[in-house]
Amino acid sequence: MISFLALLTTGVEIVISHPRFYWGETGNSGTAPLFKIPIPSSRDTVPTGYNYVMPDQNGWSRYLHFEAAWVLVLTGFVYVVAGLCTAHFRRNLLPPPAERKWRALLEVFKNYLRRAPPNAAESHSYNVVQRTAYLSVIFVLFPLVIWTGLALSPAFDSAVPAAVNLLGGRQSARTLHFFISGFLVAFLVVHITMIVLAGFWQRVTAMITGRVATHLERT
Amino acid sequence: MSNISRRKLITTGLVATAGVAGLATASRLALNYGLIPPDSGSLYGPGETLTYAAQRLLTRHSLAREFPRSMISKVPFANETAPPNEAFKRHQAAGFSDWRLTVDGMVARPASLSLSDLKTFPVHNQITEVVCEEGWSYIAEWIGTPLVNVLNAIGVLPQARYIVYFSIEPDWWESIDMADALHPQTFLTMGMNDGDLPVSFGGPLRLRVPRQLGYKSVKYITRITATDSLKRFGKGLGSASPEAGYAWYAGI
Repeated sequence: MISFLALLTTGVEIVISHPRFYWGETGNSGTAPLFKIPIPSSRDTVPTGYNYVMPDQNGWSRYLHFEAAWVLVLTGFVYVVAGLCTAHFRRNLLPPPAERKWRALLEVFKNYLRRAPPNAAESHSYNVVQRTAYLSVIFVLFPLVIWTGLALSPAFDSAVPAAVNLLGGRQSARTLHFFISGFLVAFLVVHITMIVLAGFWQRVTAMITGRVATHLERT
Repeated sequence: MSNISRRKLITTGLVATAGVAGLATASRLALNYGLIPPDSGSLYGPGETLTYAAQRLLTRHSLAREFPRSMISKVPFANETAPPNEAFKRHQAAGFSDWRLTVDGMVARPASLSLSDLKTFPVHNQITEVVCEEGWSYIAEWIGTPLVNVLNAIGVLPQARYIVYFSIEPDWWESIDMADALHPQTFLTMGMNDGDLPVSFGGPLRLRVPRQLGYKSVKYITRITATDSLKRFGKGLGSASPEAGYAWYAGI
């Protein structure tokens, strides 16, 4: 969590030094962007249209971005290995066969919208929407954000050129890295909102200890 | 709370001891094999060391991607530099005929080379991408001689571990390890896209290090020195970049 927030803040700072995105291999202030973020840049070489240059925060941002990436990747690795060894993913995250249907997903959304209280099974385990979201984050978004990030390293690309070539070039990799980070932020926002709605301390205690104080005990 | 069994306690203790011993061994090995960057003393040292060590193990000999001629950028972007100093202006007025590259330090035959001396070395070209830490990039053809040719000619001593290089502009200097210095794509660059290297792109002489970010490719090179330690240069962090808050190793 801490390293994700560090990556997010420093990532935003790095984007500020060039808030333009391109597609393909190359792109710079002299070429047409795919899109621009309408903010002033921290470099006066970027034609933003604003008569203002933001303070440059790239030095420490880049140092911290890569250090936080190591922390996140190493803890993520331990988590995935542990999850596979203890069958956590298969037992708790893979939706049971009966629920692998669009209808089951819709049903959960309907309950959310009705603000129906969770049923007994849900307060102790994840429903099918949660399971799908968590699996997508763990096995799709995180691998993709790591891949697109590595593809931005000129030295890594020299050893593994396919890492960047398969993405359609360096600037495509940068643009994809930006969007995938955006999806991860969206997940985080929804995730935290749901935790707050469900009762912050109760859920956080459950996450850390793996135990749930049931409603019966509480009332 | 459940009781912690004796077996669990012993296992945890053993794992922790093995972990500490492992880290100690790893850091000693890393130091011996030159896998610790010179700016590893800060809060960001562990991250930088992991990156640098991992990449040195993975990329010691790998070649930066080269591109077909058709991909050369129509609009290369010349990043801004400070206004040139008086010394540079004098050289520019004289058509760079007196430009010298001093090569010294841990070398058998220190030398002072003119641009025409440098042009007697085998000329190579490469079509590679310049990648800025800010995020932008362009592709150009770079023409020059691999630094390794000059290093071989002047006889770099085996104990040299880094090459430090200086611009004619004050406080603009960088250094690279021998893996990058001896790398066939590390060029003393004098030409670009079939012409002379323009001043805005570093002419008359720029050291191109294509496996690292653009800021390692210092413009207007006048001196190269071989050393076994970076402690004696500047604040001892390896180059001007860490002194300004940027990482020494820019292969990311």
